[in-house]
Amino acid sequence: MTPLLTPTPGQTVGPFFGYALPFDEGDQLVPPGALGAIRLHGVVTDGAGAPVPDALLELWQADADGAVPTAGGSLRRDGWTFTGWGRAATDGEGHYGFTTVTPGATKSGAAPFFMITVFARGLLNRLFTRAYLPGEHLAADPLLAALPAERRETLVAVQEPTGFRFDVSLQGPRETVFLSYPGHRA
Amino acid sequence: METVGTEATQADVSAEIAAIESAYRRTDVEETQPRLDYAPYRSSVLRHPTKDLHHADPEGVELWTPCFGDRDVNALESDLTIGHAGDPIGERMVVTGRVVDGDGRPVRRQLVEIWQANAAGRYIHLRDQHPAPVDPNFTGTGRCLTDDDGYYRFTTIKPGPYPWKNHRNAWRPAHIHFSLFGTEFTQRMITQMYFPGDPLFPLDPIYQAITDQKARDRLVATYDHDVTTHEWATGYRWDVVLTGTSRTPMEDS
Repeated sequence: MTPLLTPTPGQTVGPFFGYALPFDEGDQLVPPGALGAIRLHGVVTDGAGAPVPDALLELWQADADGAVPTAGGSLRRDGWTFTGWGRAATDGEGHYGFTTVTPGATKSGAAPFFMITVFARGLLNRLFTRAYLPGEHLAADPLLAALPAERRETLVAVQEPTGFRFDVSLQGPRETVFLSYPGHRA
Repeated sequence: METVGTEATQADVSAEIAAIESAYRRTDVEETQPRLDYAPYRSSVLRHPTKDLHHADPEGVELWTPCFGDRDVNALESDLTIGHAGDPIGERMVVTGRVVDGDGRPVRRQLVEIWQANAAGRYIHLRDQHPAPVDPNFTGTGRCLTDDDGYYRFTTIKPGPYPWKNHRNAWRPAHIHFSLFGTEFTQRMITQMYFPGDPLFPLDPIYQAITDQKARDRLVATYDHDVTTHEWATGYRWDVVLTGTSRTPMEDS
């Protein structure tokens, strides 16, 4: 279905978002050390393989049972309510990290994933991607099935003892698969 | 003007901008979003994906969006001119508008965040070393929730243009950064609102990365004397259309 109205264009987040968009505990969807807490982290790199120290990532995910959160309170967390959304800027080494929970499948048989948006100086519009949990349920996922094998793996997080690692390559040999959705236009 | 090292001049960058626009005009497609690959904006060269975006049918969390409420945002956060010891310097202005989705439905009770330079074109951010004065009475960040009809409203100071290092004598048109959420997370977007008639528009590779003039015009606010208030503030109106949704929203949701 074609939307009636033409969307407003995006623009780069620019270099000066650091005093405006990050907020206290933005990267802590659950408190570190909470029961079931995991770390989702990685490095954002450019086409030369250099870290991107001025990127901003947003995470949006289901809870551990696969339920989509509907509670407010992300910007002023109470430490108990899982809101499903967080925001983290990369550091001087291009590294970002979230403390969260492992998302459950939102329906039976579906492959669970983290939804991630990437903003950066030099990036003229936001990028969307998915970080899938590693596991055998990936074989049945229609999005992954449509990708060549070497591109598919850019969407699969790597299991670590404390959680998952998910690196984002804006460009280069392991360029992350970025997504467009039906409502989007060039 | 002397070129230092390999530093491009405005004329060099303007020629690149003109060549890209000329090539675009020879096509019969209508672009509505900025190019990601836009070399006149030098920082984009190594930071744009080289492969086509992969089409995804949204599922699960993608069909939903984070919720924000009065717990998250204090009503005072929509006024950037208060909260300091004194009044900020500059032209006090109100910017207001409506956020709708691609089907024209208002985006209700959703978060809008803004940030901007002060009247002299200086950001509080430590990375901004432009030798213009910092205003001790202006931070330049604000938040609000849209109302039940999708309207947002901020009181602020008109930002100044400022120089940047893309090329020699590069200046950004005055702008306010806007961060917007919709009714599903696929609509998430960040953009910049500009002011009508800015003489820097043709020179700016970030604005010009949107190749279509109709699309560029969607980022330019309109002066609205009905928003201007007697002996207090000038008024601008700027509406936002997010992308279309896939989910059928429940009535009054």
